[in-house]
Amino acid sequence: MNGEINGSLNMIGYGLAAIGPGIGIGLIFAAYISGVARQPEARGVLQSIAILGFALAEALAIIGIGLAFALN
Amino acid sequence: MSTSVLAVEGGEGFVSPGPSTFVYPPIFGEGTFLTKPMLIVILGSALIAVLMFLATRRASVVPSKGQFVGESLYGFVRNSIALDAIGKPGMKYVPYLATVFFFLATMNIAGIVPLVQFPATSRIAFPLILAVISCVIFNAIGIKRHGLGGYFKDMMFPPGIPWPVYILLAPIEFVSTIIIRPLTLTLRLTFNMFAGHLVLVLFILGGEYLIFEYSGVVGIAAGTVAILGSLILTAFEGFVQLLQAYVFTLLSALYIGGALADEH
Repeated sequence: MNGEINGSLNMIGYGLAAIGPGIGIGLIFAAYISGVARQPEARGVLQSIAILGFALAEALAIIGIGLAFALN
Repeated sequence: MSTSVLAVEGGEGFVSPGPSTFVYPPIFGEGTFLTKPMLIVILGSALIAVLMFLATRRASVVPSKGQFVGESLYGFVRNSIALDAIGKPGMKYVPYLATVFFFLATMNIAGIVPLVQFPATSRIAFPLILAVISCVIFNAIGIKRHGLGGYFKDMMFPPGIPWPVYILLAPIEFVSTIIIRPLTLTLRLTFNMFAGHLVLVLFILGGEYLIFEYSGVVGIAAGTVAILGSLILTAFEGFVQLLQAYVFTLLSALYIGGALADEH
């Protein structure tokens, strides 16, 4: 097969950069789920902590997508 | 495989949507200033104001349906954002937090409302202004609570650390509180909406292109899948949009709580 790929290398960079936050968010919610499974009554407290951690980890991926478009 | 596989014989090929999707010309032609995002902000704000006014107009002990909905939404901000993140002193800041939450939720949800379908918050100006307001508020609260010197001392020199570390830590803490916090608030909201809207536009335009331009059995089948996928993604976007409004408000509340706390 003799094809060519067009597009910006930025997008590959963004795909690689998204791996880290992806793993991070997975770990955060894994910890949240096992925490709730062990202690269901702690759900309310854990939920806001989990969402806070999710938001902080996700910011990295979001900065990545911003830069992928900004740095042409 | 080349992306031009999708091109129709002699056609232009599919051009995937880019950042230019977010640029709208003025509605009333060149020289005027009113654009679609601005119109969404104005109408959305008016909508919240009218709904909240109607919900609280004849407030009674036994609430009507409208009053119940309005009070539940306000109560959500009060209980699961202000009280959870700040505690008892947070009651003072519920009006600001509720305003931010309702404003952002409406502007975000505009992204999946039929016929409107543009999240106004994907234009960076709106989240930026709100993040700057939040930043000014939590710094002002901290300075009011601890005094100017005390606030910056608490922020930059947390106790219990050997002193040489402060050379490194103090500038980092300062930059992270004054600059990084509003910046991440802005970027998180903006690019969540930006990316979500872009994905929706890509699925819908791509599906339309596959069905009507590429056509054939393969095109129609793939296009149908893309259009159905766009429906699922719309529901997912609605979830993300509410979540992001919640996250913005929760982080603002946590920063206020941090500024109020006696020790960092």
